[in-house]
Amino acid sequence: MFIGRRRRSAGGEAVRFAHCLSRNITPLPSVELLGGTPAHCGPPFPPMGARRETVGACAVRALAGRSTRVRLVLAAGSRSAHGGEHGAGRPYPRGGLRCAQARRGLQGGTDPEAEEIVQQLIENSTTFRDKTEFAQDKYIKKKKKKYEAVITIVKPSTRILSTMYYAREPGKINHLRYDTLAQMLTLGNIRAGNKMIVMETCAGLVLGAVMERMGGYGSIIQMYPQGGPVRAATSCFGFPASFFNSLYEFPLSKVDSLLSRTFSIETLPSESEDNIPAEEESNGSLDEKPASIQETEEESTTEATMEGNQTEEQETMDLAAEDTENKESKEKGNKENIREKQRKQQERRKKLVEAAALLKEKNADGLIVAGRFHPTPLLLSLLEFVAPSRPFVVYCQYREPLLECYTKLREKGGVINLKLSETWLRNYQVLPDRSHPKLTMSGGGGYLLSGITVVMDKGKSDAGRLEAQKTEEPTSKKRKLEELHS
Amino acid sequence: MSFVEYGDTIQEGDTAIVFLGHESMFPVKVQHGSKTQTKTQILYSTDISLITMMLELKPGSIVCESGTGSGSLSHAIIRTVAPTGHLYTVEFHQQRAEKAMEEFREHKVEHLVTVKNQDVCKNGFGVSNMADAVFLDIPSPWEAIGHAKSALKVEGGRFCSFSPCIEQVQRTCLALEEHGFTEINTLEILLRVYNVRTISLQIPDLGKAAEDNSNPGFDSSNQANQGVMCGSQQQGTAQFKSGVPLREMVGHTGYLTFATKSLS
Ligand SMILES: C[S@@+](CC[C@H](N)C(=O)[O-])C[C@H]1O[C@@H](n2cnc3c(N)ncnc32)[C@H](O)[C@@H]1O
Repeated sequence: MFIGRRRRSAGGEAVRFAHCLSRNITPLPSVELLGGTPAHCGPPFPPMGARRETVGACAVRALAGRSTRVRLVLAAGSRSAHGGEHGAGRPYPRGGLRCAQARRGLQGGTDPEAEEIVQQLIENSTTFRDKTEFAQDKYIKKKKKKYEAVITIVKPSTRILSTMYYAREPGKINHLRYDTLAQMLTLGNIRAGNKMIVMETCAGLVLGAVMERMGGYGSIIQMYPQGGPVRAATSCFGFPASFFNSLYEFPLSKVDSLLSRTFSIETLPSESEDNIPAEEESNGSLDEKPASIQETEEESTTEATMEGNQTEEQETMDLAAEDTENKESKEKGNKENIREKQRKQQERRKKLVEAAALLKEKNADGLIVAGRFHPTPLLLSLLEFVAPSRPFVVYCQYREPLLECYTKLREKGGVINLKLSETWLRNYQVLPDRSHPKLTMSGGGGYLLSGITVVMDKGKSDAGRLEAQKTEEPTSKKRKLEELHS
Repeated sequence: MSFVEYGDTIQEGDTAIVFLGHESMFPVKVQHGSKTQTKTQILYSTDISLITMMLELKPGSIVCESGTGSGSLSHAIIRTVAPTGHLYTVEFHQQRAEKAMEEFREHKVEHLVTVKNQDVCKNGFGVSNMADAVFLDIPSPWEAIGHAKSALKVEGGRFCSFSPCIEQVQRTCLALEEHGFTEINTLEILLRVYNVRTISLQIPDLGKAAEDNSNPGFDSSNQANQGVMCGSQQQGTAQFKSGVPLREMVGHTGYLTFATKSLS
């Protein structure tokens, strides 16, 4: 589980990321990462070569540079307790986890404590002296490797996070492969100064990627389903707090009322008298849709569990924790934090009003949709908020919903250059005279439907709707003919 | 070119629309063999997307590139690093370098880019310890790895080279290793486009009894797959939506080799 979720400082992000990354290397218990003093962003950092600093501080430095290699040193008594030979696995650092030294450079430099341990092992070994020189060397190397704990803390980025998520927790991001995400960012023309609408259920990875590409310039409105916006991955990017000032969120369940103008800023305050989670729960106006959504959710959860990996579980808990965070505030409702609650509510309401206002301008520079919801209803509604001549991209793990979405958008009109695509990604082994594609490749990274909005001709759109009401037989007949001729 | 008269042939200075197929049209300015008309092979959006993400480009990034060529990638990089980043692009072909500069001016991005007319393998990028990322699209990238390394920031940065031939890739990877780059990784990305079509397939008449018009076995499974059965008396058809791959697609553009320079 990530720690310090609420902290927004770069330091906090770094610690979370450091932990998240460390899971890739050794399963370090999370508590211990915070065992040191919490990281702060900005100086004073311990000077280079300082004997001891916390992992958090190293991570912060990693944020400043691109990567920092740190050696994890066990607190007194843990690693050295293994002075004698033992059959246990690699000892993981316990309590008070610290890195004694952030090492610049890749090789070079040794871990003095590891050497000490190895020296002890040699002294206690009854067989060492009888070994040949070669065997002794081998022994030392083996032991050194065993007792040296070096991890690399890497500066987070879309590249790192998307490859990591795809490799480790694809279920969390609807199997969105990183090269597919790369296509989305380009097709969506994500850049500084845009006003983007993002609707995703990929743990906040897509949102993070969009935020990174916009560099804090422009604004983003995140549309979210029941349960609130998920930003587990977003919080790993280590964005400065200012990036979140221009990030708005708006509940999907209010889209219809916003479009039909029943949602007005004047009526809003009374509407949101209750706190927000309750408001969402009571909103049953989406008829059966939520049910089917839940089914899918269940499915994806099972899928995730089937991938059977402990971290998966951890993250699920993490997400659950985030959900309860919302509910918590509702359930507690006690006097002590009531003022804080009210202040937060006030803030959220203000942001909600702002988000509604931004959407109502109907001049967004693009729309990005990715996740487990059927794309058709999302696109038909959300495209209304997008200005003409702007790109939109929809990601779906499966092709069929996009086929339908394509057809519906064609019927409705107002879009051109609709393109359904996927990318194939192949890795290579490159060695002199022995270069070839790797033996395995990813079987699929999901599908994209992209297009450009255009001003809709009123008459034509009505005709389009009419046509949509009828069966689409005429078009399909024509297509069939086309097929025959081609 | 006149908008009010027809012409039999395309003339110099005309803008023609090249129609490559459904929704694939391009305006093209017609110019007869003027000085710089040897156009270079350019990079397209699919490769550009991956390059941009894997180089970790974002607003504010400082990027070095060579060669500029027709400036296709240059424009994409500029768009991504704006408003605070900068692109240093090196092109040894003088006319191409000049043409690129002209275009950057025309597109009002000249403040975001510096074009250098020199040989990147001999003279490098003209910057040192400044870049967050370096990109090479030249015939002999391995000769420019040293310059790439010194152009990158001290705390490190990302590198990418695009080469159509695997032999180029091999030499580049060796050079990258020699210069201490890490995370060396070569990959290739292909775009597959699908045409959305409604297809009808005939249901074969297997002489089923006349009263059995519910077509068991088809109905249930096919309906679930969006299939629609249009049964007429004698012969039924099953209709479905399909994403049909193009008959021909781009099967190779080039290999992308990425690497990281770490703190040293
Ligand atoms: C294939 S083009 C680059 C196309 C470019 N990436 C684009 O997307 O438009 C290669 C360019 O590199 C230039 N070039 C080749 N070797 C070079 C070198 N050693 N120094 C500078 N430029 C070089 C060539 O003149 C040519 O214009």
